[in-house]
This record gives sequence, structure tokens and C-alpha cells, in this order.
Amino acid sequence: MRSVWALAATAVVLSLLAFSTITLAGEPKQGGILRMYHRDSPGNASIHEGATYSINVPFMPVFNNLVIYKQDVAQNSMDTIVPELAESWAWVNDNKTLTFKLRQGVKWHDGKPFTAADVKCTFDMLMGKSQQKFRQNPRKTWYEQVSDLTTNGDFEVSFNLKRPQPSLLALLASGYTPVYPCHVSPGDMRTHPIGTGPFRFVEFKANESIKLVRNPDYWHKGRPYLDGIEFTIIPNRSTAILAFVAGKFDMTFPTHITIPLLKDAKSQSPNAVCTVEPTNVSTNIIVNSSAPPFDNIDIRRAMAMTLDRKAFVSILFEGQADIGGTMLPPPQGLWGMPKDMLQSIPGYGPDVNANREEARKLMQKAGYGPDKHLAVKVSTRNLAEYRDPAVILIDQLKSIYIDGELDVVETANWFPKIARKDYMLGLNLTGSAVDDPDQSFYENYSCGSERNYTNYCNKEIEKLFDAQSQETDLNKRKKLVWDIDKKLQEDVARPIIFHARAGTCWHPYVKGVTVMSNSSYNGYRYEDVWMDK
Amino acid sequence: MFAYLVRRLFLMLVTLFGISIVIFCLLRIVPGNIVDILFAAAGYVDPADKANLEKELGLDQPLVVQYLHWIGGFLRGDFGYSYVSEKQALQEILPRIPITARLAGLALLFSASIGIPLGVISAVKQGTRLDYALRVVSLSGLSLPSFWLGLLILTASVAMFGQMPIFNPNPQTYLEAFATYAVPAAAVGFRSAALTMRITRSSMLEVLRQDYIRTARAKGASDAAVNYQHALKNAILPVITVIGIEAAFLIGGLIVTETVFNIPGVARFLVEAIRWRDYPIVQNLVMLIAVVVVSANFIVDMLYAVFDPRIRYTD
Repeated sequence: MRSVWALAATAVVLSLLAFSTITLAGEPKQGGILRMYHRDSPGNASIHEGATYSINVPFMPVFNNLVIYKQDVAQNSMDTIVPELAESWAWVNDNKTLTFKLRQGVKWHDGKPFTAADVKCTFDMLMGKSQQKFRQNPRKTWYEQVSDLTTNGDFEVSFNLKRPQPSLLALLASGYTPVYPCHVSPGDMRTHPIGTGPFRFVEFKANESIKLVRNPDYWHKGRPYLDGIEFTIIPNRSTAILAFVAGKFDMTFPTHITIPLLKDAKSQSPNAVCTVEPTNVSTNIIVNSSAPPFDNIDIRRAMAMTLDRKAFVSILFEGQADIGGTMLPPPQGLWGMPKDMLQSIPGYGPDVNANREEARKLMQKAGYGPDKHLAVKVSTRNLAEYRDPAVILIDQLKSIYIDGELDVVETANWFPKIARKDYMLGLNLTGSAVDDPDQSFYENYSCGSERNYTNYCNKEIEKLFDAQSQETDLNKRKKLVWDIDKKLQEDVARPIIFHARAGTCWHPYVKGVTVMSNSSYNGYRYEDVWMDK
Repeated sequence: MFAYLVRRLFLMLVTLFGISIVIFCLLRIVPGNIVDILFAAAGYVDPADKANLEKELGLDQPLVVQYLHWIGGFLRGDFGYSYVSEKQALQEILPRIPITARLAGLALLFSASIGIPLGVISAVKQGTRLDYALRVVSLSGLSLPSFWLGLLILTASVAMFGQMPIFNPNPQTYLEAFATYAVPAAAVGFRSAALTMRITRSSMLEVLRQDYIRTARAKGASDAAVNYQHALKNAILPVITVIGIEAAFLIGGLIVTETVFNIPGVARFLVEAIRWRDYPIVQNLVMLIAVVVVSANFIVDMLYAVFDPRIRYTD
């Protein structure tokens, strides 16, 4: 009997020990420098003046937003928005005022206190209403419905809207929407950013490195776990991935590894944890519909119908990319059309040959055929992710009597060229910072928008944009969005070919990394990342 | 000699003035400027913002004014501000120069210390297996692009040793510092060494057939004395010329090598600056390189006189 008790006691002790070991192993550890490579040297350190995640990745950890997408949930949605510099928020005044109660006792990295004035300063500057100006303000249009900001004391701020816009909260939760300090000029923020975030800026050596160090006075007690983050700028992708494999880096640059390269990385570093997620960047065709021959809707439709999207996905992504409309398709995308709806759009059906037969009939109706081909220049930017699909597109267009000639345009000239509509047909990439129709529809399809490269303008659709934007019922809004997206594809406003995916890898001792699955711009606060080393 | 020196110096200044015009004009001929690139990256253009930015950077001024502003600053040592980093151009350029200088110096050292002795051996052992082997090595050195060789070295290092000879910005010992530069220097210097070897070989072969060499041998001089004391001294002139030219040519190889080995030197920085159309950086840096190259050529010309007593620059 005695031995039975002894055995039982031993078992209990052992299981307790085992349990405590498991707990300890899973518990975040403080310390360590996260070493990551950076794909290029960002132009500056000011998130508000940039339009590339090359700025967000290294500098998002320096800042806080009013609200933010939960950093440990991959899919951004309204349900995953949590307070950050705000403690709470409320929609009042028939959803025309969004009021935030702010966190008290927060300090900027230079020791000055954070107040509601900083929030007002930031958004006044974003709306172009302040004396101080950003050199560039690429997301000014996000705040078109905001008439002004009012403060109530030091710790309450209200956004007053011209009309209800539920998506404003989503825009505020983006990595693109940090709060800046009033007392630091936009110029200084470009070279030496001051934030309230988990890491302080140490130095940025162009083409060399970016260094951040733990903010010991961070308002979120116990965070961040890391002592710092160091980014080494390595523009050469092969060198960067080899360096990761050799253990020089703990993590690759997020969503930077192409699918074929990911296989290489995995084979050389089999223990690496790798994930492939959509980047919410669509590859699409821009058509100059204001000039012949693409002012003819039949030719535009024929072109859209000849696309073999599966071929693009299989050649460029070994099958790992998504086919959809303007909005990122489900399950990662929140607003993408359901599959049956998508397949009912001309050109999206599974029978490519039948689609092309229809397309050829449309071309013949427009006066083209086997004996009379249409010669077009297919313009694209001189980057691999643009050029490669453009070549496939040219090949596919041949099947409907269109002879495409590749016109490769240097980056510096790409945007000015398409903005002045100096192209016939182009292959373009469009990224969405927030998986929300307001961000995508107004920017890319609204009449007169700077980024509406195709000059598509449909007043009826415009009304629907406003209707969905004001709709507070999520399901009703979703249905509206699907209808709009379907209509945009049927109108061949900007035919979407595919939505890309890309890989991220890290060594197994790096914990707490979450790669966002419906945006490449929002998941880099890194306060929950730690290293089990 | 003095008049010749003055004439060469004057010619140097005229050349540098011409180069400054070419640099300035070429940069303006390339489509797009920093403002276009910044807005292209942001994917939008606000004409008012664009005009403000052009004014802020002085790009709205007439080209002549822009040129005079730049060259005046250069002569005064005021290199202006980088458009991109908004730091003083000199502050951006200076820390990178020693990195590239070390790399280039080591590559040239590699080139000379490997190329010259092997070239002599190849010439002395003409027609032997060793000569053929060395000629194959030199030919492969000329044929392999340095970026390919660099990537091959990196891949092999990772595959074989699990290590990567990537740039270490803070080496703790001289050995570490040497290791940081040695592999990329060898990668970029291999081609240069091959060229030096071939020139040395052909030059040596020509000299070894001269009467005075035969006389030296007849007088009982040792092989080493004949080859290195008598023959090499006279065969070295074309080699020095080639090494001088290679010093300038090396910059091209360094751009690629610095990219592959991720060395934050001035060559890679220059390419990035061109990509951004960062005029203050590009103009001043290229001008500095031009000054170095023109001065190196000047020094090589002067060295001729030192190494070949027959050469005397007269008025």
C-alpha cells in the first residue's frame, strides 16, 4: 500500500513538474534583439508620407494608433479592432461623430506627455488643415468625410463627419494611421521619428540599417518583450535569403519571398517556420478607355474574357494565388464575392475555350479577325512582379487577334505616364492597405480620383459607393459591395487578374509573429514578439 | 619637368570641368526627378504638393542656376543635402568611402600580388603544363562575372559551412576586419588579377627575348635576379598602366560586389542615389570619383618617370 502511495505521489510530482516546464516553455521571455533584413532602403521614416510597406515594417513599432487591428489575429476586421492610445470609442450623433476617450499617462519618446492636441494635430495635417504640411500626403482622401476634429480636455477627441462612415474606424486601425506628436515637425519625423510606441528609434542609415530599441516607459506594462529590432537593408533577394538560411537573421522581411524561392528557403532551412498569405495586392489590367481602340466596350470585354487566370496563378505562383474581383476573395478577404457570383461574370467561368470563343466573336464584331490583328503596346513598370504577368498577358491576347508589344517603363516614369493616360493597355499592381471597400472603391474607381488611371466614371456606381459607405448593417453592406464589384468587373473598369500571395519565414525560436492575411500594412507593432533563445 | 607638371595640372582641371558638365547634363537627361519618384512611389500626384516640393529642392530653378549652385558649392566643399535622407551629402558620402576604399585597395592588392608573380611564372615556364594551367585560370578569371562568382561563393559557404561571409560593420579584431573584406575583394579582384597576369606574361615574354637579358644570363646572373631584377623591372610598365586603368574600372565591379555581399560602400550607395535621382549625392560623388580617377592617371604618368629612367618629361 505504501509503495502505491509513493508511486502516486511521484506521478503527481512528475506531472506537476512537467506541467510547470510546459508553462515555462510557452511563457514569453524578455530580451533579445530581433534581426531582420529589409528589402530596400525606405525613402524616409515618416509613415504618413509614405505609400509602401517598406516604411511601415520598420517604423510601425515606433508608434501607436488610436485603435489598431489585434496584432495576434491574422484577419483584420471590425471585430479585431482594439483600443491603443484610445481607451474606448463611441459612435454618437446618428453615427456622425466618433468620440475617443484617450489613455492618460502616455509619454512620447522624448518625454513629453501625449494629449488630445496631438491627435488633432495629426489629423488636421492629414486633412491639409494645419500650418505645418507633409511633403506628401498620399492618404488625404481617406478623411474626405471628416469635417473636423474637436477636443474636449486633454483626453477626449471627436471626429465630426459629414455623413456616417463606419469604415473610418477601420482606416484608423491601419498601420498607416499612427498618431504623430504636435511638437515635432514633419521634416524631423522623416529623419528621426518620435512616437509613443513599444520601440524607440535609434538610427536609420540609408542603404545600411535601421535600429530600434525597447521603450522602457511604454504604457503597456510588460511589453515589448524584445530589447530591440535591427533591420539590415539587403536589396538583393538571393543574398538576403541566403543570410536568413545561414542564421544571420531571425526572420525574413514580411511577405517578401516568392513561392518558388520559398521552396528553396525551406529546403535549405527545414526547421524554419514559413507561412504564405495574401498580400491584398491585385494584379490588374488598366485600359485607356478614353482613346481608340479601347473606347469600344466590345474590345474591352473581349480582352477581359480571354484571360486564363488559372494559367497566371499556376505559372507565377505554382497555384498559390487567388482569383477574385476588386475586393480580396474569401476566406482571407472579408468583402470578396462568393465563388458562384464570381463565376457568373463573363470571363470568370471555368471554360476558358468557350470564353475565348465568345471573345473572338466580339473582336470580329469590332472588325478584327485572323487576317486583321489589333496591334497594341502593353505598358508596364520595369519590375519583375509587373513584367512577368505582362508577358503572359501578351501571350493570352494573341488568341483574340491582339498582338501585344511589351513597353517596359522605368519606375520614375510609370506613374506620370499612366496618370496622363499616355498608354493603351497597361499591367498594374494595386495594393489595399485596409481590407475595406471605402479604401478601394473611391481611390481606384471614383470619377476624378487621382488613382483612377482608367478614367472609368459611372455616376450610378458612384451613388452605390456612397450607399455602401454609409451602411451600418454589415450584411446589407456586404451585399451592396458584391453588387458593385460585379458591376465593375462587367464594365471592364479595371480587369483583375489575380490577388498575389507571398511567403514569410522565421526561425522556430521566434515566437508571437502573426502575418496578416488580408493586408500587408497593418501587422508590425512587434510588441508581442519574443525569442525563445 | 615643372612646366610639364603645370600643363598636366591645367589639363586635369579642364577635364574635370568637362566631366562636371557631362555629369550634370546626363542626370537631367535621365527621365524623371526625385519629385516624380516620390509621387510615383505614393501613387498619386497633387500638383500643388509637387510644385512645393520642387521649389523646396530648388528644382524649379533654371538649369544654369542649378549648375552654378552645385559647382560653386562643390568648390567650397559644401555638398548640399541629400534629397532622400535630408542629411548633409558629405555626411552620407564620407563614412562610406573608407569601406569602398578598403575593398578596392584589397582587391587591387589581390590583383597585383597574385597576378604579377603568376604572370612571371607563366612567362618563365612558357609552354609547360604549369603555363597552360595558369592560362586557363586567367582566362576563367576574365570570363566569370564578379556578381556570379560572388553569389557562388555565398551559396557554397552556406551549403558547406552553414556560414556566410556577409559584411560585419563592427569587427572586433584585425582578423575579423580582414575576413569581412577578403572574400568580396577576392571575388572582385579575381578578374583584375587574371588581366594583370596576362599582361605581365606577355610583357615578360617580350622582355625575356631582349639582348640584355641574354647578356645577364651569360654573365652568370641567377634566374631570380634575371627574371625579377632585370626583366620584371622593364616589363612592369604596361602592368602599372593596366592596374591604373583597373583602379577606375574596379568601381563598376564593386557596385555589383557590394550589392551581392551587402557591403554599405560608396559604389552601392551611388546606384541607390541614381535610382532616387538624388542629384546632390550623385553629382558630388561622381565628381569625387572623377577627381580620384584623373588624379590616379596623373600619378601613373608621373610613376613612369620613376620606374623607367629613359622617360624624362622635358619642356
